[in-house]
Amino acid sequence: MNEIFNPENKLEEINHEKLLRKVLVMKNKNMRLAQMCAAFVEGKYELSYSFADDETYEMSTLRLIIEPDTAIPSITEIYPYAFFYENEINELFGVNVKFINHDYNKKLYRIDAESPFVKKEDK
Amino acid sequence: MAKVKRSPWLLHYDGSSCNGCDIEVLACLTPVYDAERFGIQNTGDPMQADILLITGGINAQNQAVVKQLYDQMPRPKVVVAVGVCACTGGVFKDTYNILGGADTTVPVDIYVPGCAARPQAIIDGIVKAVELFQMHMDNHEEFLKNPDEYMRKNHPEVELKKGDE
Amino acid sequence: MGKRSVVPFGPQHPVLPEPIHLDLVIEDEKIIEAIPSIGFVHRGLESLVTKRTYKEMTYVVERTCGICSFMHGMAYCEAVEEVMNVEVPDRGKYLRTIWAELSRMHSHLLWLGLLADGFGFESLFYQCWRLRESVLDVLELTTGGRCIFSVNKIGGVLKDLDEDMTKAILQTVDKVEKELEAIKKTFLFDYSVESRLKGVGVLTKQQAHDLGCAGPFARGSGIKMDMRMRGYDAYKDLDFEPIVSEDGDGYARCYVRTMEIFQSIDIIRQAIAKLPAGEFGVDVKGLPKGEAFVRVEQPRGEAVYYVKANGTQYLDRMRVRTPTFANLPGLVETLKGAQFADVPLLILAIDPCISCTER
Repeated sequence: MNEIFNPENKLEEINHEKLLRKVLVMKNKNMRLAQMCAAFVEGKYELSYSFADDETYEMSTLRLIIEPDTAIPSITEIYPYAFFYENEINELFGVNVKFINHDYNKKLYRIDAESPFVKKEDK
Repeated sequence: MAKVKRSPWLLHYDGSSCNGCDIEVLACLTPVYDAERFGIQNTGDPMQADILLITGGINAQNQAVVKQLYDQMPRPKVVVAVGVCACTGGVFKDTYNILGGADTTVPVDIYVPGCAARPQAIIDGIVKAVELFQMHMDNHEEFLKNPDEYMRKNHPEVELKKGDE
Repeated sequence: MGKRSVVPFGPQHPVLPEPIHLDLVIEDEKIIEAIPSIGFVHRGLESLVTKRTYKEMTYVVERTCGICSFMHGMAYCEAVEEVMNVEVPDRGKYLRTIWAELSRMHSHLLWLGLLADGFGFESLFYQCWRLRESVLDVLELTTGGRCIFSVNKIGGVLKDLDEDMTKAILQTVDKVEKELEAIKKTFLFDYSVESRLKGVGVLTKQQAHDLGCAGPFARGSGIKMDMRMRGYDAYKDLDFEPIVSEDGDGYARCYVRTMEIFQSIDIIRQAIAKLPAGEFGVDVKGLPKGEAFVRVEQPRGEAVYYVKANGTQYLDRMRVRTPTFANLPGLVETLKGAQFADVPLLILAIDPCISCTER
């Protein structure tokens, strides 16, 4: 039988001002950015930054809850390939992400609808 | 199929399909199903294509691409919509980014249902398309032989207008 | 130094089965920079959670991609099961594993064929696809569908395998194994194939890690990462090792995928030998509340499913991070400095699934 790696997924709620520092901690642990996603729940954005360790199969998620008008800093300086995710949440959810390294300016998918995942009346 | 005299070129474009119909179309062209035995040949060049096979629905981004591919094809041309997404929008019909089936953008001649469309159904669609293409060509030849008689026979309304003048 | 020019590549291109567009900045024949733009297949599938109930979503999710359809449905169901604390019966877990590995076999055979087509080896392409048909035949026999076969449900699977079916699966994998041995020789030892793949699009281990690559693409660069090691479904009882190659070039990726087909055959045999009796699915009652992340290994790599439920029929959010989305930065990196003629091959080397990526 193989050795099984199935650690619990961790989740940590953080403040958006601490974001870059926490992400840097992940980077120093040599973790990989597994995914980034946004959700729009009850008038607030919930952002999840998930980091994965390829050796221990550990995944920890940073959870950020922000008001619709709050701008968050881009993490592309730390994880350059995060620009796809950031452009995606910027385009589909209208999250204001500042200083993305390859900013597509809401033209990643080039959809007609504006932030389709956020219902108009909730805004 | 008996009177098919030409070998049409086939152009395949993947609209916003999930790949399912897409790979089934490709599977049709490989030896197991071998649609090429009906005289068609796959091409990547719209300028020489006769039959356009569209899989997947139409969205805001690929609408222009599909339209351009259709316009680049020489006449006569036949359009086949493969799979339920290309027919109506299918399971993605309700999403914000799907405008509907292929007929929202280009005129579709043949609809092949299925999710994903089975190779047998796709071959059926291709055979129908080949026949339709042959019919268009026959009509064209007939027209060239005797335009007046052709128009009188097939489009009497046009003939009438001509007489009015 | 030559003049720089920008060459648009795609979305409709003879070598691409799917539409993706790249702006290639080239200097003579050398690529300096590649800028991908996606969106031709974007459907907005994730937004359907507000219109379909969480059980109906299984069918929508399976249509994220027609190649790894089953694994998408499986990952979604596992995420919802985790939220609802549903324990899938053992037989259900094993059946999922068997179908998932059959999907992996047909996906990798498809990729090998497309790769052969990419470097102009038509007969090899046809051989791979012919072999793939036998896998599809057995999928059709056991489930009724060829590439999209919707046998997932929340709480297990919808169909069972009887004795004849398991026998048919074993016969098929025997046949595929025998014929793949012959094809493998061409892929791995033929000098013309080697000359197209060796040293092309090299991505070092460090680069692959820094760019967040996943799946066979990362394993081809020496990262020993395979989500099946997490032991979801029946993988915890089965014996296998991630297949890794250190070279990081096109040949290494080809090697990893070829050997993974043999690995899948081995896993299927083990799973059928150990297949437990009993129920293969449970009925799920109630409504989900909570959230879960689930990671599974798809043919193209790690997929992350995120489900957030609020206690109603409709989920708040369902998110799919597909492997090709993670591999795109790696693709852009391998394109830099490559010859223009190698572009189709390099794009194929990550096994792109654009409809997954854009959802």
